[in-house]
Amino acid sequence: MDALIAARLQMTVSLAFHMVYAAIGIGLPLLMVIVEGLYLRTGRTHYKSLAKTWSKTTGLLFAVGAVSGTALSLELGLLWPKYMELLGAVVGHIFGLEGYAFFLEAIFLGLYLYGWEKLSPRAHWLCGVVIAITGMASGVLVLGVNAWMQQPVGFEMTGSQVGVTDPIAIFRQPLWFYMAWHSTLACYMAVSFAVAGWYAFRALRGQRDASVRAGVVVAMIVGGASALLQPISGDLLAKYVFKTQPVKFAAMEGQFQTETHAPLRIGGWPDVETETTRYAIEIPGGLSYLATRDPSAEVAGLDRVRREDWPNVEITHLAFQMMVAVGMVLVAITIWFWVAYWLLRDSVLERRGLMRAVAFTMPLGFIGLEAGWFVTEVGRQPWIIQGVMRTSDAITPAQGVPAMFAIFTLLYIVLGVTVVVLLRRLAVSKP
Amino acid sequence: MTPSTELWINLSALAALAGVMAYALLGGADFGGGVWDLLAAGDRKREQRLAIQRAMGPVWEANHVWLIFVVVVLFTCFPKGYSALSVALFLPFHAALIGVMLRGASFVFRSYQSRQESAAAESSAWGIVFGVASIITPILMGAAFGVVTEGGIRVADDGVVTLVRPAPWLSPYCVANGLLALSTCAYLAAVYLTNETHGALREDFRLRAIGAGTSTALLAGLVAFFAWQEANWFFERLLTPRTLPVVFAGLACFAGSAWSVFTHRYWLSRFFAAGEILLVLLGWALAQHPFLVYPDITFAEAAGPSETLRFVILSLPIGAALLLPSLWLLFSVFKADALEIEHAAD
Repeated sequence: MDALIAARLQMTVSLAFHMVYAAIGIGLPLLMVIVEGLYLRTGRTHYKSLAKTWSKTTGLLFAVGAVSGTALSLELGLLWPKYMELLGAVVGHIFGLEGYAFFLEAIFLGLYLYGWEKLSPRAHWLCGVVIAITGMASGVLVLGVNAWMQQPVGFEMTGSQVGVTDPIAIFRQPLWFYMAWHSTLACYMAVSFAVAGWYAFRALRGQRDASVRAGVVVAMIVGGASALLQPISGDLLAKYVFKTQPVKFAAMEGQFQTETHAPLRIGGWPDVETETTRYAIEIPGGLSYLATRDPSAEVAGLDRVRREDWPNVEITHLAFQMMVAVGMVLVAITIWFWVAYWLLRDSVLERRGLMRAVAFTMPLGFIGLEAGWFVTEVGRQPWIIQGVMRTSDAITPAQGVPAMFAIFTLLYIVLGVTVVVLLRRLAVSKP
Repeated sequence: MTPSTELWINLSALAALAGVMAYALLGGADFGGGVWDLLAAGDRKREQRLAIQRAMGPVWEANHVWLIFVVVVLFTCFPKGYSALSVALFLPFHAALIGVMLRGASFVFRSYQSRQESAAAESSAWGIVFGVASIITPILMGAAFGVVTEGGIRVADDGVVTLVRPAPWLSPYCVANGLLALSTCAYLAAVYLTNETHGALREDFRLRAIGAGTSTALLAGLVAFFAWQEANWFFERLLTPRTLPVVFAGLACFAGSAWSVFTHRYWLSRFFAAGEILLVLLGWALAQHPFLVYPDITFAEAAGPSETLRFVILSLPIGAALLLPSLWLLFSVFKADALEIEHAAD
């Protein structure tokens, strides 16, 4: 196997794996803090037992996220030394800021997980608040680095010498803000719908006690609010990508030819050979309208750049369509749930159709999250740093990349399977 | 190079060294915990493992973050050096990374295997993985240190990285370095554990500290011998007036810690053992400075833009103001009363 392909696949596997746990480290503490807060306010014990269950789950998954995150911080340099050399010089310190947030999260997680009996209830809850805030902050900060890969700013090259002109230039770019907002919501959605789905599944099996009800309702509050806000952030981000990364935008939408009155393509398969997107439902002028609010505006197609500068159009388009579809389904189920809840209150758990729909969302948020990540990263190719460094130029000259890919894939499979087994065990053991 | 640039570079190197020290003192002891978990034996096998589990549980993740801190400081402040190390040490770093991942994951996996927390003390597949990964990882890290101090990595003017011979980490000097790292971790863990246990269990760890201390002393002698043979420049720099006092102070601390272990002065032995690690690392750093990767890359050559270095250094006090009180809280909640729990359990 070619070293470049092996290294790219190793990054794909490592990131796809880590992202699940990173999202859980961001989303689950928020839910945990909400139910523990409810316990402190109301004194009702089912809130406490929920918080304890989620705290156990967080303990397991955060540890896996911590080690897979460590893997990434080293793999970036091991597989792409030239990329890390430039990235480190210009925005490495933003990783440093993320490091502080993550450090705090790890410290307070230790206090939270092991401190149920040792800390006062209020102090314990405050530790949870710190975890939720620092988890969110570390995600937001690390997106500063990713945003910089999409829009490298704040430095100049003289020969091979890097000079930094503004160390926080990326934080002044709207892209960082749009990405941070979009991805934080995506993490809250992924975790909340997984939790809501799990408790809906239990409701379907006849367990409709107070803690199952609270599990569904709290998760649907956080997940539902995020799902409803997500289209706004997605729209802002897509418009910005249209302006700054037109090739990625064209690949997302399957737009081969530059045209005015560009249609919005729903679904479809981009055929790179004939440079057409087939089988899509087309809404005339829809894409021009979404990108610019003018249905007759010109949208740049992939024809604007040479083919060697194209990303993989099939994957980018398909992932984008999947992400949007997931988002729409989650909005629909959110509205359904809350209308039903408004009408029926707690007996909403007995509506089998609705509970089936909520249970169905269990994996959806994570699918949307991963798909969105594919759009960002595959859509940026062939660049590892947009317009500055090609992925193929960043690959390590070291020997043994394909072997490492094989070993790491195996390692992730073992870790993933063990986590599933242990989660099942956690789920059946009643506290 | 302006004086202010030089200051930022040296402060950045100091930050990296401080990270290495913290990781050695805290993360190193956790690796040692894994060693004693695997080697748990005798009548109190179960109690030994439980003591290790209890000592590590709340703090290992925070201790582990020091590794990430070091990595981030290196690739941010010394990107050219970091990329050269990544290319040259592709294999041992990847292998150490697998060890780091398996160590952390298995520690958590085994305590989630059963309903009772105490089940972590039973022998299990993940328990073995935990012990083996805790042994392999410090060996690999120590060997990688060896390659760097030995001059096993060459970097040409055009940035092309080569190794002086295939797999330089397998030389006697590098392997001895790896074993010394392992033995030191085990010693540190045993000394810490005598501070968190009492009675017969404490005696178990005291005997382990004596064993690991002896092997650490022997391995340190071996490393010095091989350094004289294979890494002569490094050996000679250890004997320069700026480094030698630190090395002696480190040896004195080691002796002090051994004496305190023998004479049951547990708090003092922990103090001296920590001092020994700090001084040995300081001595290593003084001997190696100004080289990040001997003989081709100095810290100054590896350094990134000074704006970046300045940002890192100026953000350190803010980070420290957030982290240090938090770490103090963590350790005071879980370490201050470790002995009381032990008494209460009797």
